[in-house]
Amino acid sequence: MNVEGVFAQLTAAVVALVLGPLLTGWVNQWRAWLQNRTAPPLTQPFRTLHKLFWKESVMAHEASALYRLAPYVVFSCMLLASMIIPTLSTNLPLAPAADAIALVGLFALARLFISLAAMDVGTAFGSLGARREMLVGFLAEPAFLMVVFTASLITDSTSLATIVSSLSHRSLAILPSLAFAGVAFTMVSLAENARVPVDNPATHLELTMIHEALVLEYSGRHLALLEWAASLKLFAYSCAGLALFFPWGVAEANDRTALALALPVLVAKLAAGGIALAVIETILAKMRIFRVPEFLATAFLLGVLALLVHLLLGA
Amino acid sequence: MTTTFPALDGVLAVVAAWFAIGVAGIAVPRSLRFVALFLFPLSALLGIVLAGFALAALPGAAQSAILPIGLPGLPFHERLDALSAFFLAVLGLAGAGVSIFAGGYFRAGEGTAPGLMCLQYHVFLAGMAMVLLADDAYAFMVSWELMALASFFLVTTNHRIPEIQRAGFLYLLIAHIGAIGILLCFGVLQANTGDYTFANMRAQHLPALRASAAFLLALFGFGAKAGILPLHVWLPEAHPAAPSPVSALMSGVMLKTAIYGLARVTFDLLGSPLWWWGVVALALGLATALFGAVFAAAQVDMKRLLAYSSIENMGLVVVAFGLAIVFRAYGMPALAALALMAMLYHCLNHAVFKSLLFLGTGSVLHATQERSLGKLGGLLRRMPWVAWTALVGVIAAAALPPSNGFVSEWLLLQGFLFTGGLPNPYLRMLVPIFAAGVVLVSALAGYVMVKFFGVIFLGRPREEKLAEAHDAGFLERLGLAWLTAGCVLLGVFPVAVMEIVDPGATLLLGHGLAQGGRIGDWLVLAPVSAERASYSPFAMLAVALAVVGLVFVLVRRVYHGRVRRAPPWDCGYPLQTARMQDTAEGFGQPIRQIFEPLFRMKRELPTAFDTAPRYKVTIEDPMWHGIYEPIARATEAFSRIVGYLQRGRIAIYLLYSFLTLVALLFLAQA
Repeated sequence: MNVEGVFAQLTAAVVALVLGPLLTGWVNQWRAWLQNRTAPPLTQPFRTLHKLFWKESVMAHEASALYRLAPYVVFSCMLLASMIIPTLSTNLPLAPAADAIALVGLFALARLFISLAAMDVGTAFGSLGARREMLVGFLAEPAFLMVVFTASLITDSTSLATIVSSLSHRSLAILPSLAFAGVAFTMVSLAENARVPVDNPATHLELTMIHEALVLEYSGRHLALLEWAASLKLFAYSCAGLALFFPWGVAEANDRTALALALPVLVAKLAAGGIALAVIETILAKMRIFRVPEFLATAFLLGVLALLVHLLLGA
Repeated sequence: MTTTFPALDGVLAVVAAWFAIGVAGIAVPRSLRFVALFLFPLSALLGIVLAGFALAALPGAAQSAILPIGLPGLPFHERLDALSAFFLAVLGLAGAGVSIFAGGYFRAGEGTAPGLMCLQYHVFLAGMAMVLLADDAYAFMVSWELMALASFFLVTTNHRIPEIQRAGFLYLLIAHIGAIGILLCFGVLQANTGDYTFANMRAQHLPALRASAAFLLALFGFGAKAGILPLHVWLPEAHPAAPSPVSALMSGVMLKTAIYGLARVTFDLLGSPLWWWGVVALALGLATALFGAVFAAAQVDMKRLLAYSSIENMGLVVVAFGLAIVFRAYGMPALAALALMAMLYHCLNHAVFKSLLFLGTGSVLHATQERSLGKLGGLLRRMPWVAWTALVGVIAAAALPPSNGFVSEWLLLQGFLFTGGLPNPYLRMLVPIFAAGVVLVSALAGYVMVKFFGVIFLGRPREEKLAEAHDAGFLERLGLAWLTAGCVLLGVFPVAVMEIVDPGATLLLGHGLAQGGRIGDWLVLAPVSAERASYSPFAMLAVALAVVGLVFVLVRRVYHGRVRRAPPWDCGYPLQTARMQDTAEGFGQPIRQIFEPLFRMKRELPTAFDTAPRYKVTIEDPMWHGIYEPIARATEAFSRIVGYLQRGRIAIYLLYSFLTLVALLFLAQA
């Protein structure tokens, strides 16, 4: 591990920490504009985080150490995920630590902790949220893995760095298997990031909540960490999507000019992705919770189809 | 190489010592203190010694011995090779944790007297060890029966309860149906030579038809012990009936002896498997795993939930076994080694984490006298030691990084990703579907484990009496800590573990994973190449812990660390009782809805006018209705017909003899 590598790794972490909330703010801005509302400023998520960190943390009498530990674990998992995914460079020192399967496992670990923490206080909405989150998770996780498998079979590797570099070097043709996988991935990331049509991040109606019900009891710095983790998760999923389907422009060496060139490309890709997300969220309506399994089963089957298409056509 | 190291003698000495401990227990059948504080800890130490001998024997050549016990002219052949050594290590390591826990667990006045229980327990341990050592069919079957009978008596420890009698009977029945399958399998394997040593079976080259018959008999016989569909029905009955350390041993170790048998017969005795055996194993394994996971999610009894989770895990092991067969049959030994490693690693992992979870339920059971999830809750605050160790077990059982459960799942999925190289086009299509199924199963396992941990340990106590729950005692804590450490170490240092286990795979396939190189760096697991796939739980854990620590300090430095305690918010609803949390039924409801066709459900819903409304859901295993009840009915009908022959009058029986004689004479003349 050399100095260049450590620098690139730390840059990736800082970029994730900064761009994550900005991406959330960007999506919120576009949602407001598309819905003819006045938009909050781009930096609004940072202001919210700052406010929350200043507030004291109010906890239920019954809350245990697990409840206090969970926000840190979730935040740490999401930051680690953002550091593993090749956002700026494919040559990060942490890249060998986890391949795409381990990445999915990392997201699942965060989900386990947040669900357990939601059950800890023993409120009706907490356990309801935990159950729904696990319901979404157990269907979304296999679908995500099917997408990963498709990319792995194309590139003969589950290492994200290898996937990105070999996908970006191939000729610019749309592979039918990747097209199916792309649709599946979009559906999964909508579900995993608690977006419309599966969940509404701006909801105030308790009975329809999934993610909001999980964090209902949290306040102060714990809530700030969870909110930050949520925006890191959106960032990580977006970057994973970009890595799998739009891998061009990621630096393959760790020198500073390459990194400096890769950053504007990443920002541009994320900005476009954010607008697409805002459009999806505006034109779709939230569905009933009992329709979510169907939605995710469709994503799973699309993922399996992508795999089969690749094996049938070899493309 | 440690060929001169007399590991086999050491292992046999440990087995003899276990028998001796059992006999010492029966010498003072009523002395709980002697048994609990001396014999069980001693037995745990012997477990560690056994594991030590086994690990020493793993890289060495096979050692064999002939013991002059058994029938005259039919001695026991014993052999210790890398495969037996691996499973003996599993037995020793998991057994040590369970034994030390058992010392603190058994209480006076519960069913069987402590001394007798001590005898049964140690005969069970020794029986398992002898199964793993046996080198001829006779010794194998005797040890197998010893194991089955000892565990039957352990299951029926509280033999005065009718439910437990019934569970024990079912277990005994299925164990023996399975044993018949194994016996017939050995019969086919000896190929009319009349020589039942494994050495002879290895030397025979059976034609494809006979080999297939032997394989299917082995799959049936060992499948009955491993809980493979449709012979899984004894697991969810026997585990809740047995005392928790016994459940832990049965689930953690005894099920693995079945996998040992399968691997021994298929790869060692039969030698060259056919590809379709692998497909059969894959299909059966996946069906078992999916069935186990779905049913685990719907359970409301904590030990029954774990029993179904064991069925799921054994299914995954059989999937890995099938994948190894497929690769082996197509002459891809390196990939077969990968799949086999996934299988062996998962056996080891499951032994550790499932024992841990069963022991945890044992502590909960002692503290609360409750097995029903609907009457537990909030135990994290009452029994922190049990809860935090169980959390590690839960993370492992949910196959999440950086635990040990994830390593074997990762290996298995890597194995699946290589199936593109298979020469058979249909298999290339089919196998990724199995991969999709495996992924679904492991995601479901996460659901099950959140339910298990959340309902027992989190939330508010659902019953008043839970306030008096106490944490586990010293010996129990020691056992839990031992197994927890196992979960962590096996998870964080997979490369080291795999290099130890590798001779086991090499023995069966003639090819190991580490052939011509290492399985990865010291800390980075890369079974094929670093470009292809790599995983370093240590790096992940280190970075994650560093981030947690850094954030913890930074938040306090930059802002503050103030906390105020208040009543729970819950959207401002003022009246909150513990009854308003999700119940176990509630948590399983989405799964019941999604997988409705798999269940046979009976629902009693209250009407609006009920004065005492009751809601009751009973879930039945469809196998009972679909397979077992028809068989039982057919057996009864057949016995009724046979019953007509028995008239109870001597003249009629003489007539039968006369007719038989005439028929025989007629046949002899013809």
